Amino acid sequence: MKNRLLWPILALVALLLLNLVVTPSFFALRIQDGHLYGGLVDVLKNGAPTLLIAIGMTLVIATRGIDLSVGAVAAIAAAVTCVHIGTSPDAGTALAGMAIALVLCAALGLWNGFLVAGLGIQPIIATLVLMTAGRGIAMLVTEGQIITVNNDAYRQVGAGFVVLPVSILISLAVLGLVALTTRKTALGMLIEAVGVNPEASRLAGVRSRTIIWTVYVFAAVCAGIAGLMISSNVSAADANSNGLWIEMDAILAVVIGGTSLAGGRYSLTGTLLGSLIIQTLTTTVYTIGVAAEVTLVFKAVVVITVCLIQSPKARAALSFRKVAVS
Amino acid sequence: MTESPPPVVEMRGISLAFPGVKALQDVDFRLFPGEVHALMGENGAGKSTLIKTLTGVHTPDSGSVLLAGESVAFSSPGQAQQAGISTVYQEVNLCANLTVAENILLGREPRRFGGIDFPAMRKRAAEVLARIGVHIDPASVLETHPIAVQQLVAIARAIAVDCRVLVLDEPTSSLDAGEVAELFRIMRVLRDEGVAILFVSHFLDQVYEISDRMTVLRNGTLVGEHLTSELDRRDLISKMIGRELGALEAIEDASERHSVSGPVLVRAEGLGRRGAIAPFDLDIRAGEVVGLAGLLGSGRTELARLLFGADRADSGRLIVDGTPLHLRGPRSAIAAGIAFCSEDRKGEGLVADLSIRDNLVLAMQAARGWSRPVSRKVKDSLVEKYLTALDIRPANPDALVRTLSGGNQQKVLLARWLVTEPRLLILDEPTRGIDIGAKAQIQQLVTTLAAEGTAVLFISAELEEVVRIADRIVVLRDRHKIAELDGGSTIDEVVELIAGDPVPEEVAS
Repeated sequence: MKNRLLWPILALVALLLLNLVVTPSFFALRIQDGHLYGGLVDVLKNGAPTLLIAIGMTLVIATRGIDLSVGAVAAIAAAVTCVHIGTSPDAGTALAGMAIALVLCAALGLWNGFLVAGLGIQPIIATLVLMTAGRGIAMLVTEGQIITVNNDAYRQVGAGFVVLPVSILISLAVLGLVALTTRKTALGMLIEAVGVNPEASRLAGVRSRTIIWTVYVFAAVCAGIAGLMISSNVSAADANSNGLWIEMDAILAVVIGGTSLAGGRYSLTGTLLGSLIIQTLTTTVYTIGVAAEVTLVFKAVVVITVCLIQSPKARAALSFRKVAVS
Repeated sequence: MTESPPPVVEMRGISLAFPGVKALQDVDFRLFPGEVHALMGENGAGKSTLIKTLTGVHTPDSGSVLLAGESVAFSSPGQAQQAGISTVYQEVNLCANLTVAENILLGREPRRFGGIDFPAMRKRAAEVLARIGVHIDPASVLETHPIAVQQLVAIARAIAVDCRVLVLDEPTSSLDAGEVAELFRIMRVLRDEGVAILFVSHFLDQVYEISDRMTVLRNGTLVGEHLTSELDRRDLISKMIGRELGALEAIEDASERHSVSGPVLVRAEGLGRRGAIAPFDLDIRAGEVVGLAGLLGSGRTELARLLFGADRADSGRLIVDGTPLHLRGPRSAIAAGIAFCSEDRKGEGLVADLSIRDNLVLAMQAARGWSRPVSRKVKDSLVEKYLTALDIRPANPDALVRTLSGGNQQKVLLARWLVTEPRLLILDEPTRGIDIGAKAQIQQLVTTLAAEGTAVLFISAELEEVVRIADRIVVLRDRHKIAELDGGSTIDEVVELIAGDPVPEEVAS
């Protein structure tokens, strides 16, 4: 376990140090109006939606699945809430809107779970359906417009502060809750068993289907909350761009964190590290002033490097002192 | 058959061990040109391993392989094929979306100007197909043909190169009678051309119809090489599943065999599933060990899976404790106190990437549901108890199950079910592929469990084992239950039932 997390930790530290070299004030924290500000806080705040989605994705991937629809689900949650709020500045309306959105997200998760666990469709195809259709649904809800709202209660979710940004508090709370639920009960072990060997688990009496179904619902709800954070941060819902490609970042975060796409053993700590690496990377691109046109290439190079140092084969090939590897 | 030509393949003293298993021990094997040679043995006897050693998939730990008198050491199937040894496997592994001609000549396409010469390829493919008398359009797409024809295309591919040895690993398992006849016709054509054919099949009728000579393996050792005409079925079966001496003798009759007259625990009435097992009746009493005997493919595992609800029965009913039980899946069987150790430990039994501890409590935990975890204390005491009781090594509960040897994996699987305190324990081939010490321990355990009142359904390909520990033996043949024998029966009686043909006077020596 410690070994698996060693490389992600080193990668994160390296990225942070790079930032420190380029921007000496990167680690500086200051308190203003009781709020904590600084480079690190920015990383946490902007990384909160990805982290949240990656948590759900971790459990899905542990069951040998994958959920490509999370970005679209996030957009739907944003659209539904903002349309519901409309011009109302009311806190009650905002809460109701968010509640409706999350219930809808749970229903979308049920749909994904139905396709995967009920009908046995390959997860990548099953969730591709909603990935594509979901954007369309969000467009229908917003009627193709960018819906802007002006509601203080809603703004709290993505832009609010309680010393730390509210969004990161929510994500960390969910992380803690999931860690507690899966590791203190038997859920984690059963999820891993289903992921490693579905047939053996079924013959041992594990309710594989229910478990798989549950993780897709959970992933969709996580995506919904993330969607609320994203749109709340800018007080607007944009069906086209809310949560766009966030599924890729989330999957990447899970994989960098050491959870295998083949299913089975998963690491929530790894996912946290993976999310932080991805967000730090994005921040780094801005702080060290990488030209806009090479941004994606820069990200790709870092990601490949992180993946390579995690691969025992690549490490063995790169290492001149083979003794150290074995 | 005369023995004048020298063997085209000769394997001498082949030994090969995998972690925890001696797959082959000092096996000799000969294959002559122009003969069909059947390789016989039950599952785990070492047939596939021997074939893979011949075709370069495995490298033997010791021993030598001679091809036409010259020592060879293939490190890959490709090398073996270049040397003239072609293999056709049970599952057709061709590219379904390519044409017949492309499949036959894949990787050795005739070329012209750096591109593939398609007309020449079709012509060449047509020649190969004509050689074995198959008349299909080489330009047609493979998947438009039935499986049987695809199999023939696979053979065409195998003989498209200069082929001296053709290995057919269970080629008939998915063919119907007419298709088998066609395959045999082609095999005879090739044999008469001087190709040496190594044939593996579990269907004795077919073996006797097509083969000239057979080699029998059991538990990784050579039992003997015989001309087919000189070995009758009964002797063959005895050789395949016969006696095993040594450590097992020690626990012979460890428990007095008794006829159990307790109440019926599980009763099957006309339980059956189309294509798997014909409807059967079966009573199992508490404290009784019922043995299932029959050859591979006779429906042993299928019967067990119906009792456990792993497959849904489409006829009959199951009665537990006098009340009909509607089996909706393994969960309802487990709730009724039925446990099932699959013969496929890796695929259907253990969760390889989890620890011994997790595997051990998996069934118990699944029955309790995720929200009521088995406490660490209970887990530790269970693990401690079974690690000691079953002598599981390493005795480290955190060790991943995949790192264990076969025998220890089997014990972990057994322990997983013992933890649930089942009333009926179904053991499908619990002793296959494990070393003799572990085997004796498991047999001992079965006896002890029965004495404590657990009903056990014991399935094994080794008759000796079944006869020794069962209070009653159910005999299966061709997916039918054909007889029930009581515990005192001898191996010969069982063999006779399995072989199924009335014994001719002249052979009854």
